[in-house]
Amino acid sequence: MIAIIDYKTGNLRSVENALNRLGAEWTLTADESIIRNADRVLLPGVGHAGEAIARLRESNLDEVIKRLRKPVLGICVGMQVMCRHTAEGDADGIGLFDTRVRRFQPQPGDKVPHMGWNSINNLESKLFKGIEPSSYVYYVHSYRADLCPDTIATTRYGVTQEMFSAALKYENFYGTQFHPEKSGDIGEHILKNFLQI
Amino acid sequence: MLAKRIIPCLDVKDGRTVKGINFEGLTDVGDPVELGARYAAEGADELVYLDITASKERRSTFTKLVERVADRVNIPFTVGGGIASLEDAASLLDAGADKITINSAAVANPQLISDIASKYGSQFVVVAIDARTIADGSWRITTHGGSKLTDIELFGWAKRVEQLGAGEILFTSMDHDGTRSGYPCQTYAALASSLDIPVIASGGAGSVNDIANVLIDGRADAALAASIFHYGEISIDALKRQLAAKNIPVRL
Repeated sequence: MIAIIDYKTGNLRSVENALNRLGAEWTLTADESIIRNADRVLLPGVGHAGEAIARLRESNLDEVIKRLRKPVLGICVGMQVMCRHTAEGDADGIGLFDTRVRRFQPQPGDKVPHMGWNSINNLESKLFKGIEPSSYVYYVHSYRADLCPDTIATTRYGVTQEMFSAALKYENFYGTQFHPEKSGDIGEHILKNFLQI
Repeated sequence: MLAKRIIPCLDVKDGRTVKGINFEGLTDVGDPVELGARYAAEGADELVYLDITASKERRSTFTKLVERVADRVNIPFTVGGGIASLEDAASLLDAGADKITINSAAVANPQLISDIASKYGSQFVVVAIDARTIADGSWRITTHGGSKLTDIELFGWAKRVEQLGAGEILFTSMDHDGTRSGYPCQTYAALASSLDIPVIASGGAGSVNDIANVLIDGRADAALAASIFHYGEISIDALKRQLAAKNIPVRL
């Protein structure tokens, strides 16, 4: 059973649909014991990262997440809240990934949010087993995590082609800045890998 | 490298696709879900579904269709047609749409753009702009499928739409739509340089070269097309391979 953590963060339908397409059983929950007993935990996230962190703290879910020993996957804002700090709302995160989340600094000609299909490289985890370098995944975000030792995939964006963390891993915690649930067959492959880690 | 997007557009009436060819292996060409899934498998980067139903029952039929698309399709999709309120947008978001597109309703009530964007984020709001040139060569906005000409100037409107919170602009030249003679690339390039949000080119594609030109010379971020895909003149995969051969970054 996969627990999708329910902390009122926008529409989770696309994550649920993606799991359905993989034939995975899931439950949307904020219940500590269900989350602890799940085989896999998904932390989705849409919207404002600072507010997302505040909502997790209100319900003590930040502490629950921190103590999980099963594979956990944060998606987009769900990944950002697991970082040390985010500039969106100037908030300290759960601190599992040792990196900071900052806004893109657009140069003339750059568009923020970074939205659309971009390629991932430097793939360094079982999460990307069978995924070719330069595969395309779908992004929608204005804030991005700095590169760090926890980086397990990178993407370049903008006029300067600066690199940021496309995915992060620390022990049993994984995070993707992109949306695997919207990334076509590649995204489904990555989600399937997560279910088999 | 961020890829240029290729977006097939499906017109839907009473829950069925209006155009479409008899794809091999597709059991129901009229089913917008089957056709969308087929396009996704062929390499479409996003899908757009436009509801052109005139009847009063349109909303519930279309919302059910959006739910089925969300269940089935693993790429982002945009829905539009008759969205006139925050509630309309909310029900389509709940049904699983990634974005909505508004056109005439945004002209009638620009506040709608900021209402939807501030509640659900700019990434959710695609404002479609139909325009045509008038006698002095300048561009004016049209509404209701191009049938009503307004005195609103294109570039000023596009900038205002961006400031109100639109995440993308879908621009169609009514001078070119349906002509299959290519896009007005200079106008697209001028729009791209005056805006900080992506511009999707629509209406006028007759060939691969037309699409390549609007992505390069017109600096469009994406190209939306209907008939060249529906009538099977070129598959999405073949189009993207030809664009890649011209050094246009596309997702293959």
